[in-house]
Amino acid sequence: MEQNELIVMRDIVKAFPGVMALNHAQLTLHKGEIHALMGENGAGKSTIIKCLTGVYERDAGEVYVQGVEGNVFNHSTEDAQKIGIATVYQEINLCPNLSVAENLFIGREPVTKLGTINWRAMNKKAKEIMDGLGIKIDVTVALENYSLAIQQMIAIARAVDMECKVLILDEPTSSLDDNEVEKLFDVMRDLKKKGVGIIFVTHFLEQVYAVCDRITVMRNGGFVGDYSISELPRVKLVAAMLGKDFDDLAAIKPEGTQEIDPEIMLKAEGLSHKGTIKPFDFEIHKGEVVGVTGLLGSGRSEMVRCIYGADKSQTGKEYMKGKEINIKSPLDSIKEGMAYLPDDRKADGCIGELSVRDNIILALQARNGMFKKVPRSKQIEIADKFIDMLQIKTASRETPLSQLSGGNQQKVILARWLCTHPDFLILDEPTRGIDIGTKTEFQKLILQFAKEGMSVVFISSEIEEMLRTCTRMCVMRDGEKVDEIEGDMTQESVMSAIAGGEK
Amino acid sequence: MDKIKKLTKQQLFLPFFCLLIVLLINLIKSPTFFNIGIQHGVLYGRIIDILNRGSEIAILAVGQTLVVAVSAGTDISVGSVMSLSACGTCMMLAGYGVNSTTHLAVPMGVGILFGIFLGGLCGAMNGALVAKLKIQPMVATLILFTAARAVGLLLCNNQITYIRYEPYKYLGNFIPGCPIPTAIFVTIAVIAVVSIFLKKTALGLYIQSAGINSRAARIAGINSALICFVCYVICGLCAGIAGMVASSRIYSADSNNIGLNYELDAILAVALGGNSLGGGKFNLAGSVIGAYTIQAITTTLLAMGVSTDQAPVVKAIIVVIIVVVQAPTFKEWIANNEAKRKALRAEGGQQA
Ligand SMILES: Nc1ncnc2c1ncn2[C@@H]1O[C@H](COP(=O)(O)OP(=O)(O)O)[C@@H](O)[C@H]1O
Ligand SMILES: [Mg+2]
Repeated sequence: MEQNELIVMRDIVKAFPGVMALNHAQLTLHKGEIHALMGENGAGKSTIIKCLTGVYERDAGEVYVQGVEGNVFNHSTEDAQKIGIATVYQEINLCPNLSVAENLFIGREPVTKLGTINWRAMNKKAKEIMDGLGIKIDVTVALENYSLAIQQMIAIARAVDMECKVLILDEPTSSLDDNEVEKLFDVMRDLKKKGVGIIFVTHFLEQVYAVCDRITVMRNGGFVGDYSISELPRVKLVAAMLGKDFDDLAAIKPEGTQEIDPEIMLKAEGLSHKGTIKPFDFEIHKGEVVGVTGLLGSGRSEMVRCIYGADKSQTGKEYMKGKEINIKSPLDSIKEGMAYLPDDRKADGCIGELSVRDNIILALQARNGMFKKVPRSKQIEIADKFIDMLQIKTASRETPLSQLSGGNQQKVILARWLCTHPDFLILDEPTRGIDIGTKTEFQKLILQFAKEGMSVVFISSEIEEMLRTCTRMCVMRDGEKVDEIEGDMTQESVMSAIAGGEK
Repeated sequence: MDKIKKLTKQQLFLPFFCLLIVLLINLIKSPTFFNIGIQHGVLYGRIIDILNRGSEIAILAVGQTLVVAVSAGTDISVGSVMSLSACGTCMMLAGYGVNSTTHLAVPMGVGILFGIFLGGLCGAMNGALVAKLKIQPMVATLILFTAARAVGLLLCNNQITYIRYEPYKYLGNFIPGCPIPTAIFVTIAVIAVVSIFLKKTALGLYIQSAGINSRAARIAGINSALICFVCYVICGLCAGIAGMVASSRIYSADSNNIGLNYELDAILAVALGGNSLGGGKFNLAGSVIGAYTIQAITTTLLAMGVSTDQAPVVKAIIVVIIVVVQAPTFKEWIANNEAKRKALRAEGGQQA
């Protein structure tokens, strides 16, 4: 092991029942380096990290860590922390019912002279840490009251605050907005100056080129290459990840301006949900793709949840195809032809232990009602069709959903909604945590649905992605719908609308 | 080798395996164990005895399975509810305050339906507490666990009510001319109705979805709270039916003794059946086999001269073993070991 190498992993093998998740993978991290770990969904990025930090035990291979003699075997995440490896996992691993401060200091709470927890000091320090990241929240409130993005920042803050020489971030930015990402980058650059090595997993190519020094590319559990940033331009990176050359991503925007169908699909008047979103009006035509944009916590998700009935609206009226509808629960909306892909996939989407097939037909079955069971042969037909159409990577249709990688889980949830043939589809961050190839597929799909007459509401943290697909955008700020923009939209015009530029 | 592995992975492996061991021990101990004969025109033998006596546990286990799956918790009130149902029925049949009767106050069917209805009502109360008020199942059902017997006692005016009316004994004994204990038919009927219902409707999918992730299930259009409520009602109805059988056996309502400790056996049956007590996926057949396994254990112990008081010790040991085998860490450990072996084999293959 050389002087400035922090971590060297060689020939790592890890098998799960049915899949070789890692097949002779390798990874080298140097001091003061931000190292991107790239690969498609299911390439094994999270798994190699977990093998390093002791979540999983590797089946074969060598791991060397600076300052530790010989081949390192971590048996638990505590072991890894002890030798200076702090990790933020892809799935947030915090305790929802503990306060923010407790979550930050769990296992290392400041104590008073009597040996009890020093709450005052803990809350004060927690506040300082969060302020440092520019997040103004009440640290004594239970974590579950905050959005996924803020929870993610808290997980990051916790890892960063621990003295460490290696920091691992597994897709930390997937639920963050640009501002928060920038803050995270500042923190990362700061740590880098102090000599900390950082492993950074992300699906956002821009982010890789913004902060990283080196890139390790993985594919199908194997090692593809370790490159310096300058020798690997974007196109080559994508090609390395996919194992093939890649044609231009941008060329999917529909040619010219299309005619908008005059038929109104859904109309909402004065809908609101106490505490999350103020009364708003909304209208979408048949075959239209409308974006909802705004900073995190601006009420993007809350708005669509209200339309769909995931949060019951307390005021206002909704009309579907001109007819007034009364939405009391998600089931009512499904019966009216709505579908909603939630942004918190793990909490609101996946039924983890059930099979891919069960997960796909769930909403269809719910719409049919309990007494009209979808025949098994039909279930199989539907599941196979969508596994094929969306290219869901799964060992079989009977594999439990929890065993699929994040992006494939997302596709299963999408399939769940597509098989109900909705007229009005709400997609809240459908492309989060999904690799770039699939992302483009998703965008193409959305446009295709619209062409077939489906109305789509599309929410994404990536403005670029929405620009490519949406004809109109609703702008949200502080739980309120403040603006609507259409026509020639550019990244700048959208950003300034979000920021509320003119005032 | 691979075939064996596949077999052990089957959910029904554990319950069958346990049952097999118990039966084997019996066979070695007393070779006459499997003998079935006819005495006084009815079937007679240890096996028949187990099938007959295990009826109540099996019926309870059916309801308990659904409750565990949907709410990741157990209904500990079923034993007491059995007793309440029995008291309700006997009170109806004898008339309030009468402690022994040969003439029925109302038709027998009405009395029995009333008892089962009481069970359903108790289930509804448990269900409302768990599904609507989100009280932990164990705590919510603790209320009826303690209260139901007392209410039963009130219904029977603080005494044991005897129904000395021949047909009332049929349910827990024999129908004249039929050599098979009636309770076995009742159990088959309950299992058949519930499993046909699960097969023909999507209730099973709903229960599992709600049990695994109720938030996601709701978003997908499933009324998780209602499903949870329904499961508790079914569980209550099962307890009511089991109460009928138990009461018929002694043609009376003995509030303090009917269904005593049966909730433990029912829960144990579910666990023995390979069902996770953490909710989610479930297997009805497993629970039923589990129920008969427990009855077999009890019968065996009693036949071996272990006193009724000490039998629970053996059951406790079995519970501990099951809980350990089912623990996620233990399972992971097994899975890891297996995967490792596979990886090594893959490595070997590459080198060769
Ligand atoms: N706990 C697990 N059990 C079984 N298979 C798993 C498990 N975790 C990951 N896998 C499989 O291993 C492969 C790599 O997954 P992962 O490391 O999560 O990919 P990613 O690069 O997207 O982070 C995938 O095929 C996934 O389905
Ligand atoms: Mg991952």
